Amino acid sequence: MLLKKIQNIEFGVLSPEQIRKMSAIEIKSPETYDKDGYPMEGGLMDPHLGVINPSLRCKTCGQKMKQCPGHFGSLEMVRPIVHPKFSNKLEELLHATCKECGKIALKDESLEEFKKSIERLDKEEAVKLLVKKTKTKRKCPHCGAARAEILLDKPTNFYLDKDRLYPSQIREWVEKISEEDLKLFAYDLTRLRPEWFIQTVLQIPPITIRPSITLESGIKSEDDLTHKLVDVIRINLRLKDNIDAGAPQLIIEDLWDLLQYHVTTYFDNDTAGVPPAKHRSGRSLRTLVQRLKGKKGRFRYNLTGKRVNYAARSTIIPDPYLSINQVGVPEPIANNLTVPEFVTEWNIEEMKKFIKKGDNVVYITKPNGLRKKVTELNKKEVIEELEVGSKVERILQDGDIVLFNRQPSLHRLSMLAHEVKVMPNKAIRMNPMVCKPYNADFDGDEMNLHVPQTQEGISEARELMYVENQVISPRHGQPVIGGQEDDMTGLFILTMDQTEFTKEEAMHYLYNMGITELPEPDRGKKYSGKLIYSMALPEKLNVEYHNNTAKQLKGAKIPREGNEAIYKDAEVKIEDGKLVKGTIDSSSALVESILRNYTPHELERYYWRMAHLTHELLTTKGLSISIAEFENTPELENVRKEAIEEEITEGTELARKFAEGVLEPLPGRTVGESFELLMVRLGGKTKAKVQGKIAEYKLKKLLEAKRPTLDTMPIIVSGGRGSMLNVANMSGFWGQISVRTGRPKKGFTGRLIALNEKNDLAPKAGGFVSSNFVQGMNPTEYFMHSMGGRQGEVDTGVATKVSGYLYRRLANSLKDLHVSNDETVRTANKDVVQFRYGEDGVFPARTSGGNFANMDEIIRNMNRKEKKERKN
Amino acid sequence: MLKSLSEHHLVPKHELLSADETQKLLSQFGLDFDKLPQMSQEDPMAQELGAKVGNIIRITRNSPVAGETLYYRRVV
Repeated sequence: MLLKKIQNIEFGVLSPEQIRKMSAIEIKSPETYDKDGYPMEGGLMDPHLGVINPSLRCKTCGQKMKQCPGHFGSLEMVRPIVHPKFSNKLEELLHATCKECGKIALKDESLEEFKKSIERLDKEEAVKLLVKKTKTKRKCPHCGAARAEILLDKPTNFYLDKDRLYPSQIREWVEKISEEDLKLFAYDLTRLRPEWFIQTVLQIPPITIRPSITLESGIKSEDDLTHKLVDVIRINLRLKDNIDAGAPQLIIEDLWDLLQYHVTTYFDNDTAGVPPAKHRSGRSLRTLVQRLKGKKGRFRYNLTGKRVNYAARSTIIPDPYLSINQVGVPEPIANNLTVPEFVTEWNIEEMKKFIKKGDNVVYITKPNGLRKKVTELNKKEVIEELEVGSKVERILQDGDIVLFNRQPSLHRLSMLAHEVKVMPNKAIRMNPMVCKPYNADFDGDEMNLHVPQTQEGISEARELMYVENQVISPRHGQPVIGGQEDDMTGLFILTMDQTEFTKEEAMHYLYNMGITELPEPDRGKKYSGKLIYSMALPEKLNVEYHNNTAKQLKGAKIPREGNEAIYKDAEVKIEDGKLVKGTIDSSSALVESILRNYTPHELERYYWRMAHLTHELLTTKGLSISIAEFENTPELENVRKEAIEEEITEGTELARKFAEGVLEPLPGRTVGESFELLMVRLGGKTKAKVQGKIAEYKLKKLLEAKRPTLDTMPIIVSGGRGSMLNVANMSGFWGQISVRTGRPKKGFTGRLIALNEKNDLAPKAGGFVSSNFVQGMNPTEYFMHSMGGRQGEVDTGVATKVSGYLYRRLANSLKDLHVSNDETVRTANKDVVQFRYGEDGVFPARTSGGNFANMDEIIRNMNRKEKKERKN
Repeated sequence: MLKSLSEHHLVPKHELLSADETQKLLSQFGLDFDKLPQMSQEDPMAQELGAKVGNIIRITRNSPVAGETLYYRRVV
């Protein structure tokens, strides 16, 4: 809602007169409190500057602490001081003007010319240009006075040639500059004069900005700003005394410089070229600039980083037995967070009973705004007084809606609404299926809870942010919430054709997913895994798709012809809610189909049953990996040996050709580059050969087995975790090490490590690893492998850092774009960015993988319908 | 050498809108003129079309997701 529009903000510099006018009292003494602990009149803690004691009234405005905003004071500087933040501006002026007459050191004609030339320029650039033009003029064209070179010894000391130029002199100088000339420096003269950059009066901030703290021991401790101001006032007084006593010039100048130092560090204690002012303890003081700047500064810490109530945070742990919609809230948290409930004529009796029941209610706010804490003692009285319109704040219960969030919140899916399930202990529990949108794991991650406090907030969260309504990612239109590693492995094993259960087993698994009716057995007296799984599916579901097994078989180049037995589970067909063929795995087609044809809630129920089923299956059947699994058969070992042989002979041949200079370069590359590239390609080729053979063997073994193998392969083929590459690394060989897209090349001259012959270009010397993880690597290979490993580690580190920052920049720049009612994308100012959202008006979260409809499915459904009608 | 920038395969089709078309566009989207995206008068394509401040340029782009799409920019 737009209440008022800010038309302009003006930044300026206070003039000495303004400072004096604003001043509630002139500060004369560096003392703060007298020996009785009362603030000194005219001291830094003068009660005219505001009150920090709740029982006292302000001597300036007569108000109490809460109302009195504090008042500024002033300090008359004995000698003027350069304001450290404006010395650059002063330098510009001094460079461009004459000390004697204050005019710009350009002839009138050339000044006119200059004015014309800068008409189209940026003001700042124009000033730079003017300074550049006048800086080197050694004689004033107006009064003829000699102009010496100006030097600024940062931050505040000016020199004219070699002589010191004191602030008082600078002040006299810039006072002479005419209004007309100052316009060229972009000064608005109604509000600003350059001589104000030299401080003759220092503004003293109110006490409210630098309150003193009384420690438990009764000792008063002053704010850093007060400490700094004490220094300024003390030196100012000392300077005055010395001047009055007629002290030698040298001493006065030293004190003047000291005063300048204190003022400089009072503004900014991190000024370059100035040693930071330190506390007695050695800690540097937090003065004005430090209060505003940086991560812990006023802007980023207090203004952008506001904290909220009704929130909790704890370590998260997985609980696959929860629904995806739920979050397990620890009892201590649930008992501390509150939800408002309103008393109406329809629920007043229940409310009374509810309050009576236990420590459920913490506060009651009556219609007149009176808020009362409910205790065991006043409970009876409170119940009696309860009236319609009261607000009852009760603790969290099962079924309440809370927002759940994990930082960094890069996403809309980083904050979702969950249903509360109060649970014992102290960790927040969540279903591991919702890890993905939060990017959470359980190695110590902490997450936040927020409790919406209004009906609007609760409904909005429940409808728009509820987990089951956010299963499809708005980025690519595919599910981001779904079965994870264990679920996929379990589903795969369960739905393989070989899987069968006895009646007892079948009953056990069905009971675990909340089904108490046993279907008829489909394999004689036994129950197939597919039948049991079908019980978890939504009723009357119809889907057909190719699963991961099909992809893996294609990858391993196993032809369909002659391998029908292996291919039998590669195509999934679910008919009328029954899994007819195929294994279920991580393919998203099934979930997408459920979402297209049922409600999100139906998918949530499916997930719940599926997780209970697969977890019970895996815990009863067991799944383990042994080293024996990765020992090769004689045939595979032969393939492996041949591949290594090939690598070495072909590699040596390439190396020979290269050394003799007869290697044919690849198009667009030098001979050297070609050689390196060919060596990398050779490594890739041999590795692929071995991996392919291993994959073929392992896949056949898995799919032809009489009973499901409970080892690595179901994990990989189901898409739960790992890949055939990992298997090839364990039982094949690692292959060519790569560092920055090529073979490693850094090391000694002509060789990578001292163990190699100089200029040995052969595969082994170039980082080819012929060992695998079961055998273990030899020292040379281990070293090479570490080079590749280190690069990987560095790359992930750099990539996360860089992409995180890039994403942040992008997200911040796009954060208030919105789709307006006419489907145009607009900024907060209603400027058009796109004439149609995404140019096509499609919201991916309402599509299936970016497609408007699944045509295959539609046609299948039509055919099925037709068939049915024909039957009738 | 290209005779004109518009011949480059990466430069989409730019056209100057007539006064009528401008009116139609603004009423179709219910837009204020100053809410349109901007294009500098010194933009090479704007110069090639001889666009003046206050003109609208229609750009016909090929979008990977939406096929041919129209975009409008006002010259400033």
